[in-house]
Amino acid sequence: MTGQDRHAARSAWVFLTPALLLIAVFFFLPVLAALLLSFTDFDIYALGDLDRLRFVGLRNYLDLLQSPLFWTALGNTFYFVAVGGPLSVAVSLGAALLVNAPLTRCPGFFRAAFFLPVVTTLVAVAVVWRYLYHPRFGLLNYGLGLLGIDPIDWLGDPAWAMPAIILMAVWKNFGFNMIIFIAGLQNIPTQLYEAARIDGASGWRQFRHITLPLLGPTFLFVALMTMIGYFQVFAEPYVMTQGGPANRTLSVVLLMYEEGFRWWNMGYASAAAFVLFLLILAGTALQLRLRRGDSE
Amino acid sequence: MNRLLQRVLPALLVYGLLMLGTVLALAPLLWMLAASLMPPGEATGTPPRVWPSAVTFEHYAALFTRLDLGRYLLNSTLLAGAVTAISLFVNSMAGYAFAKFRFRYRDRLFRTLLAAMVIPAQVAMLPLFLLLKQFGLINTYWGVVIPGMASIFGIFLIRQYLLAIPDSLLDAARMDGAGEFRIYWALVLPLCRPILVTLAIFTFMGAWNDFMWPLIVLTDGSMYTLPVALANLLGEHVQDTELMMAGSVLTVLPVLLLFVALQKYYIAGIMLGGMKG
Repeated sequence: MTGQDRHAARSAWVFLTPALLLIAVFFFLPVLAALLLSFTDFDIYALGDLDRLRFVGLRNYLDLLQSPLFWTALGNTFYFVAVGGPLSVAVSLGAALLVNAPLTRCPGFFRAAFFLPVVTTLVAVAVVWRYLYHPRFGLLNYGLGLLGIDPIDWLGDPAWAMPAIILMAVWKNFGFNMIIFIAGLQNIPTQLYEAARIDGASGWRQFRHITLPLLGPTFLFVALMTMIGYFQVFAEPYVMTQGGPANRTLSVVLLMYEEGFRWWNMGYASAAAFVLFLLILAGTALQLRLRRGDSE
Repeated sequence: MNRLLQRVLPALLVYGLLMLGTVLALAPLLWMLAASLMPPGEATGTPPRVWPSAVTFEHYAALFTRLDLGRYLLNSTLLAGAVTAISLFVNSMAGYAFAKFRFRYRDRLFRTLLAAMVIPAQVAMLPLFLLLKQFGLINTYWGVVIPGMASIFGIFLIRQYLLAIPDSLLDAARMDGAGEFRIYWALVLPLCRPILVTLAIFTFMGAWNDFMWPLIVLTDGSMYTLPVALANLLGEHVQDTELMMAGSVLTVLPVLLLFVALQKYYIAGIMLGGMKG
């Protein structure tokens, strides 16, 4: 190593130190601590006096698996991810195709309009949608009434509450992935479409055999980010339903928040957070494997 | 006739769907604005009104005079501003180090950081709360700011941007005997301007819109950020639709204006993050 190299390495570490220190102390350390916490019975008594803390092994995890409420939260979260995720991605792709269509004039306007919900504050628009969903005064039921559809108690009916939250989430989020899809679409060489047109391939076949395959990496990225984000759903049910009716919109993160920060069962809540983390890891691995299988 | 139909029909379909999409995307926001200007009770009439019969600003006035909204507006602005300023400085230094220096463990370290992005922030929240409690930082502004002071995504974005900038510029400055910090401050930062603007918008909006962490850390009403205050307000004023809509407008408007003003940078940032990810 020359003196100059050593000097450069030293400068690099000086530049890195603040960021690494902050990330280590306020992220990596807490994540490790959460793992340890999940093996203890940390509760409101331990919060006041750490001598009360006891190591309980896997008990929190076993308690979780035996708790019907946790299974409900898990089921709701899966519902949100499995229905909301693909719906979100599909709407994003549809919007991107429309905005990017050769026919479309002033794509910038439509792009901005579709994107506006993304930059809004989730809590504020959740409040707005709460009123739009109002069974008697809500604009949505009024609109449906004009089409001859009976009013729906969107947030009060156990069967409709989760679909209502999904609908709102799709509205809020689709613009973000749309932008990424537009970038992906613009990277596809136009010659490919010209060649296909000369060969007489229909629009649908061009989409199926050119657009979709070449959009593969973009698709994977979008699907992964959406899944990871949707597993963490919290503010929508917190503001719109408080997890109700009959716990039908209680998500894992909402359960973790309630257990950890309302009842101070921090050991138990940490275990719930780790189960969520494991599910996200498993989901990520699954998607990566599916994609690899696809391209082979 | 048939030929004409073949040309007009796709255009009709595309524009029809685009218009429908625009209406659906904007309607909730426009209704929020309209309802916030209606006299009390008008938003919950039957049939529901979409336009105020007479425009009134009384709900906005009530928010500022009776409900202390100015305070929350100030809190949100200060906190989001602080997170943005600090994290821009910290992340740009680290991104610069990863992009332009050779040192041992560099690539392994960078990959570790990227991999850590799959860990949901909520996993860290419980111990982070206990840690900040030890330091007496619960219910303080620092408690809100601290977890946002460095971000892996920010470091990543800066690094990607700087990789495309030739080393020769930096080497020339080194030849002239400029110190490392001077090179970073006077040369690298100005070069990074576009990506710094992008990252600043991302960070500011993220901090402004953040809900869960401020909700956990801030226990005293006077410290609340806008989203926390709004969620709290909903508990007491759920019947006052027009008032709640005015509160929502005030929460959303600053970031919406920021986006409209700096749209170009924002969109470029998503594309950069999305492409390289």
